[in-house]
Amino acid sequence: MGAPTKDEFIAALQQRHGVEMQQKLMNSSVAVCGLGGLGSNIAIALARAGVGRLHLIDFDRVDISNLNRQEYRVSQLGKYKTEALCEQLKDIAPYVEITADTVKLDEDNIPSLLKNEDIICEAFDLPEEKAMLVNTVLECFPDKYLVAGSGMAGLGSANSIRTRRVMKNFYLCGDEVSAVSETSGLFSARVMLCAAHEAMMILRLIADKKEA
Amino acid sequence: MVKINGESLDTGGKLVSEYLLEHGYDLKRVAVEINGEIVPKAKYSEATLKDGDTVEIVSFVGGG
Repeated sequence: MGAPTKDEFIAALQQRHGVEMQQKLMNSSVAVCGLGGLGSNIAIALARAGVGRLHLIDFDRVDISNLNRQEYRVSQLGKYKTEALCEQLKDIAPYVEITADTVKLDEDNIPSLLKNEDIICEAFDLPEEKAMLVNTVLECFPDKYLVAGSGMAGLGSANSIRTRRVMKNFYLCGDEVSAVSETSGLFSARVMLCAAHEAMMILRLIADKKEA
Repeated sequence: MVKINGESLDTGGKLVSEYLLEHGYDLKRVAVEINGEIVPKAKYSEATLKDGDTVEIVSFVGGG
């Protein structure tokens, strides 16, 4: 069977989401910062919903240690995550406009790299990097929406993962306490819960629903 | 009284950096908001917690 056309994709999404909501989704743009367990799942959820433009940012390559929770395959080992995720997204939602940057975000490049998107999604692994991104985005872009994740390691209850509106435009997902340690690793199912919370909050913001 | 993460505390007059260090926060892992505004990292040792302030401290943990 040949690939559906763009019009066929849009019609199928409109049928499920309604014409008005689909228009909002197609007009939206989201930056996904970090393409690991959180970011790869978030990007796929947003692409499936028909978000218009995704900006994918990660400096790293796919490693065997990623396969326990990240949306990559053995055949993609060694590839840049930006490249690997673009391959998957092209096969899931070929008409989502994707910009990919294989770069490490820092205080100096965030102001230029994240200036174009309405919604910024934090999906890093290290707590220092999470804090750096959140602080820099809130300082540089107080009017943009920022959705971040913290606390999803181990085997704590699924029900402890939540979304909290910390500030007017800043939302935090996760249980906020479960850190990765030598005795507490990351399981795909719990990371996906947090990723789903982040993706869900982003979809709600696109739909003008501001509460967590 | 200063309201920090929902709790009323008698810490008026203290610098943000003093409060964070005294309570064991790692300054590289936090974001601090006072009355809905982010406190820039560079201002932690200048910004003071004042009576009536509402403060939110987010401390990030690893994993993603």
